[in-house]
Amino acid sequence: MEMADFFHIMPVSKPSVGAVGKTGTWRVFKPIIDHEKCTRCGLCWIYCPDESIELKEDDTPKINYDFCKGCGICSDVCPVKAIKMEAEEIG
Amino acid sequence: MSAVRNLGLTKERFLLPGHSACHGCGLAINLKIVLKVLGKRTILVIPACCSSVIQGPYPKVAFKVPTMNIAFASTGAAISGVSRALKIRGIEDVFVVGWAGDGGTVDIGIQALSGAAERGENILYICYDNQAYMNTGIQRSGSTPYGAWTTTTPIVGKKQFPKDLPLIMAAHRIPYVATASLGYLADMIRKLRKAKEIKGPRYIHLLSPCPVGWRHDSAHTVRIAKLAVDTWAWPLYEVENGRVKVTVKPKRKPLKEYISLQGRFKRLTDGEIKLMEEEVIRRYEMLLKMEKSGIEF
Repeated sequence: MEMADFFHIMPVSKPSVGAVGKTGTWRVFKPIIDHEKCTRCGLCWIYCPDESIELKEDDTPKINYDFCKGCGICSDVCPVKAIKMEAEEIG
Repeated sequence: MSAVRNLGLTKERFLLPGHSACHGCGLAINLKIVLKVLGKRTILVIPACCSSVIQGPYPKVAFKVPTMNIAFASTGAAISGVSRALKIRGIEDVFVVGWAGDGGTVDIGIQALSGAAERGENILYICYDNQAYMNTGIQRSGSTPYGAWTTTTPIVGKKQFPKDLPLIMAAHRIPYVATASLGYLADMIRKLRKAKEIKGPRYIHLLSPCPVGWRHDSAHTVRIAKLAVDTWAWPLYEVENGRVKVTVKPKRKPLKEYISLQGRFKRLTDGEIKLMEEEVIRRYEMLLKMEKSGIEF
């Protein structure tokens, strides 16, 4: 028998986005980028622990709110204070 | 403002969004940067620690590199085995990385790690130090600093100073030992790239602030990692072929700036802070003396 025949019983996980679901629902404060102030330095991108900030072709950051947990690191590391944390609306 | 762009990190993601780390997790930032530097030809070996939890439940995993979860005490042994198996198969370009917390390195995993270092295996061992057993509920470890509150040192805090594991590893006379902090990104990436080039046992000790266990605001993770270096509480140095070199030499800030941000040091008296500060200065100056005198391990 081949190795592949055993894959259905082997404890091997597959890499996937959202392994524990949409972690954006954990959020209490929502980061909002002011694109006029943003200098595209990329610090928020590298320090985001959830990989929820993507850099577009021209290095403009874009937040993926499906997975952003709202920790506030991006707002804290931003050198020009272009990211504001706003309370999430309930309901 | 192109500091980050100049570091040459890939935009490819190896830590996928939707993992279950807490808000503002220092470990997640560390792992993300380490994998961006090492690339996809990496095998992670993870003992019981926060990383084995944040990857998510079966049948999904949030890490995009092959990951092996093994028993608590056996990281050093397992990476030796994986590294030798790759060598037998003639695969040279894969990095075998032991990725363990401070409990799995400083306390429980030290014998396997010490054995692997002594045998001279071709491995890279990275310890992300969050300074307690965070995954099981903030119990004290050999790496918890003096005075820190944990659930097993609840009222007066820990009364012992932590083990100096990087220097213990340097005493094994392995090719490369380094400490790094995510507050000093360029230094950390330079050390990881250097470790990537060297063959033989390599050891890197990363500071990994934990908002839950250290009782700090989740937004302050990077700020605290930087302050730890600036107050000399976390000296950044490397030991290459036995020679100590302090890589970042900041002007010292008062230790209070670092510990006032963390709830775990809330109960410290002024006398205890002074004692801590003296120890921090003594350790940093010892490293500077070692560098200056050029002695080899």
